[in-house]
Amino acid sequence: MAKRTLTIALMDAPYESANLTTAFRILDVAARRGHDINVFAYEGAAALAFARQAAHPNPVHGKNLAEENHPTTKDQVAALLAEAARNGGKVDWVNCGMCVDERGVGEFVDGTRRGSPADFQAFVDASDNTLVIPTK
Amino acid sequence: MAKKSLNIVESAYRAVIEEQDDTILWLVAAMQAAGGNHSVVLRGNAVNYALAGQGAPALTVGEWQQTQAPKMDRDVADLADNRNVAVYVVEEDLGERGIAVDQLVPNVRLVSRRALPQLFAEHEVICHW
Repeated sequence: MAKRTLTIALMDAPYESANLTTAFRILDVAARRGHDINVFAYEGAAALAFARQAAHPNPVHGKNLAEENHPTTKDQVAALLAEAARNGGKVDWVNCGMCVDERGVGEFVDGTRRGSPADFQAFVDASDNTLVIPTK
Repeated sequence: MAKKSLNIVESAYRAVIEEQDDTILWLVAAMQAAGGNHSVVLRGNAVNYALAGQGAPALTVGEWQQTQAPKMDRDVADLADNRNVAVYVVEEDLGERGIAVDQLVPNVRLVSRRALPQLFAEHEVICHW
């Protein structure tokens, strides 16, 4: 399969919507196939790569921290970058700077960066296809 | 050369008080300034953005008062008048909401639902927000 460049714009905040689950499934497949991936994390999605997210135990489940192994989107972002690298692809994950500032989530996992709508414009122009997954 | 991009805006008035704008119209303006080639279709409840003379009361909480409440008609007109962004409004969606064409800000363009596929065909990228 030919290598492609895909751009995805995300808008939902972590833990608010199944949209992000769908997005990560799509991103995972693209990374496994070695495609180059651009992500523009807009609005609430700017917190997906926030490095200070923390997993927690779940007393309702009767599980401690390790047993609960609660997923964090920052780990999913890091795993996506690693999977793409393993398969010869790359991920350019841009966190919208103004969105980051509004939310105080300016500490990102390694491999992601601060950016602006100009990055999204450049992504669209350079990609084989673009998918937006908006907040409704 | 920027790809010709059509942005379909359907979600309306989502967080506009908090952001003091519609975040997608803002994004389009920012991308246009970055060299983009964008058009907008307002459909569904978002057709109300083109209604002239609207305004949202600023939020007040105790002694704190918002000073820059959003004005969606102003932002639509800004795209059409100052940023070279063609703004289309779906005609049937206006009619269903009782909005007359002469109530709209100037320089927006009407498009019928039947004409949308042709409009899509004229663009390289379609973003449905």
